[in-house]
Amino acid sequence: MDGSGILKGLGVTLKRLIDTYVDDFKRGKSRYYTQEGIEYRRSAEVKGIFTVQYPEEKLPVPEEFRFVPFLVYEETPEGEQKIRCTSCGICTKVCPAQCIWIERTTDPKTGRPRPEPADFHIDIDLCMNCGLCAEYCPFDAIKMDHVYELATYDRSNNVLDLQRLLKPVSYYAEIRPNNYQREEEARRKAEEAKRKAAEARAKAKAAREAAKAKKQEAKKE
Amino acid sequence: MSTKPKDEGLNSPKYEIPEDLQGTVTITTLDRIYNWGRRNSLWPMMFGLACCAIEMICTAAARFDFARFGMEVMRPSPRQSDVMIVAGTVTKKMLPQIVRLYNQMADPKYVVAMGACASGGGPFKEGYNVVAGIDKYLPVDVYIPGCPPTPQALIYGLMKLQEKIDKQTIKEVYGQPSEMIPIPVLGPDIMDPREYDKIREYTRQKAEQEAAAAAEAEAAQA
Amino acid sequence: MSEQTVMIQNEEEVLLSRFPEVVKKDERKGYEGYIVEAKALKDFATTLRDELGYDYLSSVTGVDYLPEGKMEVVYHAYKTTGGPALVFKVQVPRENPVVPSLVPIYPGADFQEREAWDLLGIKFEGHPNLKRILMWEGFHGHPLRKDWREPFYEAEHKPYKSRFPNGEFFRAEDRNPFGKNVDYPAGFDPETWTPDNSNALIYEGLGRVEKAGDDLPTEQIVVNLGPQHPSTHGVFRMVVTLDGETIVDLEPVMGYLHRNHEKIGERNTWLMNMPFTDRLDYLAPMSNNFGYALAVEKLLGVKPPERAEYIRVIMAELTRIQNHIFAIGMFLNDMGAYFTPSLYAIEERELILDIFEAVAGSRMMVNYFRFGGVARDIPEDVMAKIRDLAFERLPRRIDELDRYLTNSEIVRIRGEGVGVLTPEQAIAYSAAGPVLRASGVPYDVRRADPYSIYDRFDFDVAVRYHGDVYDRYLIRMDEVRQSIRIIQQALDQIPEGPIVAGKQQYQHRVPAGEAYGRVEGPKGELGFYVVSTGKTNPWRYHVRAPSFINLTALAEMCKGHKVADAVIILGSIDIVLGETDR
Repeated sequence: MDGSGILKGLGVTLKRLIDTYVDDFKRGKSRYYTQEGIEYRRSAEVKGIFTVQYPEEKLPVPEEFRFVPFLVYEETPEGEQKIRCTSCGICTKVCPAQCIWIERTTDPKTGRPRPEPADFHIDIDLCMNCGLCAEYCPFDAIKMDHVYELATYDRSNNVLDLQRLLKPVSYYAEIRPNNYQREEEARRKAEEAKRKAAEARAKAKAAREAAKAKKQEAKKE
Repeated sequence: MSTKPKDEGLNSPKYEIPEDLQGTVTITTLDRIYNWGRRNSLWPMMFGLACCAIEMICTAAARFDFARFGMEVMRPSPRQSDVMIVAGTVTKKMLPQIVRLYNQMADPKYVVAMGACASGGGPFKEGYNVVAGIDKYLPVDVYIPGCPPTPQALIYGLMKLQEKIDKQTIKEVYGQPSEMIPIPVLGPDIMDPREYDKIREYTRQKAEQEAAAAAEAEAAQA
Repeated sequence: MSEQTVMIQNEEEVLLSRFPEVVKKDERKGYEGYIVEAKALKDFATTLRDELGYDYLSSVTGVDYLPEGKMEVVYHAYKTTGGPALVFKVQVPRENPVVPSLVPIYPGADFQEREAWDLLGIKFEGHPNLKRILMWEGFHGHPLRKDWREPFYEAEHKPYKSRFPNGEFFRAEDRNPFGKNVDYPAGFDPETWTPDNSNALIYEGLGRVEKAGDDLPTEQIVVNLGPQHPSTHGVFRMVVTLDGETIVDLEPVMGYLHRNHEKIGERNTWLMNMPFTDRLDYLAPMSNNFGYALAVEKLLGVKPPERAEYIRVIMAELTRIQNHIFAIGMFLNDMGAYFTPSLYAIEERELILDIFEAVAGSRMMVNYFRFGGVARDIPEDVMAKIRDLAFERLPRRIDELDRYLTNSEIVRIRGEGVGVLTPEQAIAYSAAGPVLRASGVPYDVRRADPYSIYDRFDFDVAVRYHGDVYDRYLIRMDEVRQSIRIIQQALDQIPEGPIVAGKQQYQHRVPAGEAYGRVEGPKGELGFYVVSTGKTNPWRYHVRAPSFINLTALAEMCKGHKVADAVIILGSIDIVLGETDR
């Protein structure tokens, strides 16, 4: 108990202090306000100042990052919005906070439901950003957003309706490129398989009919 | 780092300052310099409730460092703090203390509701001990959604608060002291002293309904 | 027949022959253990503790079996030498549930019995201090009873019908006459109502207690630390009776963050509870996911694939590291080393959180485990990052933290001999995790009752023998080092393959029965007790929270020390209020 422990500990803090200046000097201007600098500051070998100068520079969020959900729509060549959501209601059934409200469209003529939402509400004061809705949506229609700068002065803004929830598929492809590609791949494969199955079925049907015809012909003879 | 001095919003846009004097001379209004001082020394209260408080600590720590905004002086005493960051789920059991802390803060004071729980109850809203949003009891200046908001989202929210402060005038700020909020009482459930009459009316009706239902059941049995 | 089964058979014979008639095997399908008559409970427990070696009562909780008109109290007891649980239950009628208290035999049952009284209304006869613990005295009703409804009650179970297909948006408060989350019993009058004064001393803050039998007329004073106090790690309150500056008595008061986790958990479907578990101990979300997934997997009978098991272990250990370094930083904060150590600690924590964010999508609320696996695979670049951390940075930084703090005279003088908990006390109070192991009991669930694939790794159970604050600090350092070892091995062995067993459903029909899943969380033994009736929602969902139960020993540790020591003793237990109060 002669104070050597404290001195040794102070040595550690002193080393950190010196490291800061040495590192700043060594890396120069590339350390701040550059992509490279941010990547360095979040890597395992970082030394010295660690701070991200938000808002001048922002820590990029990873692809899987999730904040409040949004709905994906596709743009037809005519410029129309085609909403992917078919209002199947799985997201409302899996949402732990029960923050999703979907109103299904009914056909005015037949009175039967149509596969598109008439209205869609998400209360982000309830949402727990868990991402289960996006995970279990069978149509890749609801996805988690990357925008986190949502602070408001008025809480009534925090209920998002259909118009405010919609975002184009190009935006989705931009924030989650890997996921998007994987899903497109799967979709293509599924369509391929469907097409093949249909073809095979058509073939089988043709073959059956041919066989039938043959049989009938044979009977006639 | 850029060498040019940042315009901190101190200079009044009405006056043009020659280039060689920029950074040395500033022409401004009293409101502006007053707000400039206030918004760059917002002292938050050292006060965390739940999960969001951990993100608030991270915001104060090295990586996000809200000392860059003059907010590093987190005060454990309400008397010395300007902004109360309600970071986390507000429960009924904690509510009287929160209201008391708010009352003890000196004017001008601000409340930031951080996260879904503080804004509107969040995922725990349906719980029997949870207050569905602190704005039912305190005036809130900025709501930050998210569960929890990331440190950057919190800083964004605090910048929104700074913007709000910028728009105020001295007259507004010191015109009238903010109202003292009666402290809720823990009875069979949380009770707002302003609502006693309403509560009495409600429980009387409820008792009548129950009595009627009981009588009906008895009659049906007979 | 293995040795262990022989032993268990012997136990069964001993218990059934010793208590004929009053002890029966629980024969309901999917249930285990014994059903004990209330009158024989104390003798039964004494036999367990003294003769069969079940010295550690881990969990006490109640279940409301409304359709059968019964209340059941469920006990899980363990041997501190390792091995599986012995479960025993007491069934009492629902109208007047009275059960003898086990506090004289297992003092660790104290808070848990109070919780069962508070939330379920089960009276424990002979309990020294049977007051509400999470809610306040005077609250109407016992909320976890199945026929008790909260003000925002919408339906018995989620998903609610109002959301789809005609989901017209509304806020729950719009349907309440007060526009708030409140409800009052019929006939209640706020004017004539008087608050329950049994706790007046506590609730009024500074009080005075006369001290008897001294020559000098001195007084003791009561001081409240909290619920808003920088030292209490959140909204926790310590009511301290002081003689001068020495602590004579201390009463922990909690519930300021009681957010009804269990009531909500029983409305939720099985999967919905996964993101809610993140918010229990929000410093260690992966461990919470782990425990809950284990409990439900037991009922479902699924086993995760190899790769998922390794990912789970890596994530759980990363969680332990970030929790422990954060705890060390905050502990030093409590000691008065204002900010520098905690800033150093948070730096490492941020790097681990980056990994969680990249893999699971969120820094804190990971929602990463699924029944039978995990939600996402670890991408290659993140794997490289974990490798960098585990092999390079973390070992170096832990050594640096060690050099910085461990031999510092201030830390040693403040820590050594303060807040001592003897091994006997630690076991009796059901302390868990670092608190138990710092007292010289080498009990670690990962070794004592291995789950997942922990039996494959080579690591030491950290143990220290003084049981004081300083040892509790050291043991966290040791554990971080062991966790790094486990991660290194897991990274070397991790195979390729699927990450989840079978196709994931959004609703699970879980076979009827009960299960207790427990893991060694960073704070101690974290257990999830779930009861299923074969539906899509749990019938009972209970969390055995280590932060909560470790506090049982707080008063014992603090007595005789100074006020400033109470702060660091609390810091050395390392509680998180989200888990304490649930």
